[in-house]
Amino acid sequence: MPFTNEQLERYSRHILLSEVGVKGQRKLMNAKVLIIGAGGLGAPAALYLAAAGVGTIGIADADEVDLSNLQRQVIHTTADIGKAKALSSKETMLAINPEITVNTYFMFADASNILDLIADYDFIIDGTDNFPAKFLINDACVLAGKPFSHAGILRFGGQLTTYVPGQGACYRCIFKEPPPKDAVPTCKQAGVIGAMGGVIGSLQAMEAVKYVIGKGDLLTGRLLTYDALKMDFRTIRVPRRANCAVCGEHPTITKPVDYEQTECDLRAD
Amino acid sequence: MKIVVTGIEKQAAEGLTIAQLIADENVESPAYVTVSLNDTFVEQGAFPHTVLHEGDSVEFLYFMGGGRPYAIHQ
Repeated sequence: MPFTNEQLERYSRHILLSEVGVKGQRKLMNAKVLIIGAGGLGAPAALYLAAAGVGTIGIADADEVDLSNLQRQVIHTTADIGKAKALSSKETMLAINPEITVNTYFMFADASNILDLIADYDFIIDGTDNFPAKFLINDACVLAGKPFSHAGILRFGGQLTTYVPGQGACYRCIFKEPPPKDAVPTCKQAGVIGAMGGVIGSLQAMEAVKYVIGKGDLLTGRLLTYDALKMDFRTIRVPRRANCAVCGEHPTITKPVDYEQTECDLRAD
Repeated sequence: MKIVVTGIEKQAAEGLTIAQLIADENVESPAYVTVSLNDTFVEQGAFPHTVLHEGDSVEFLYFMGGGRPYAIHQ
């Protein structure tokens, strides 16, 4: 089907790019991207993917919007406090671009649902804020052969890598297994500068777009780190581990695993 | 000797090990840092006896979750 005049105008700045053009825009409009977590990372990723005209966007989150989220989760507004994050995200995405389809999943990903959740999608964005979820998403994407973007943010720092089946390290190659309780900075010491989600979440959207249009070099086999205080971006080469428990030569993880976790809340009360 | 630590060239004493470098650099949560030496991961158990040489490049890779972290139980 040819583009309508409205579509030509909406996506004109994409279509002008030789790397995108009409063909690339068509790919975006036919693409299905899942965002797990509608928080600091998922919010900007969702906004840019919706604006870009990604045809089907899934958004998974069981949480509701809280006042403490609004410092960084820019897809939600003050009027959304108490509303399901997945619904609030959908409303904002459709307000930006009514042409797209948004699927909402009012759930946290776990070992029982993750494979079904990712099954229909071309690319997955890990916008979660905890290690059990990050390992779960990694393992499920490796097992199901799905490309995904990992990202993490903490204080004034951020990191990002992209996994594509058969190309480069997975998250477990780098970090092996979730850290035990209190081993790495947790609620009492931590915090995050709001714009960090904007920087890193937007880079996740960028990786998804590049994957869909098939242009450029993805962040496979590399971990990008961003130190905002030093204003320093670096990419570190990350090799595959031959003995990786999920993507290695003799995997011991053959189905998604739940790691126990305890929520630690930062509210003043 | 000269080595490169997180992209920055540094002078280091001969015989320096990864474990000593981790202490010198005040690496946060050292038991849970991933270390790569010349683009190859080094196992945690090998840190004390992995000696660095002229021109080696060491990277520290840290766990990063999200803005609202969770305490993790083993």
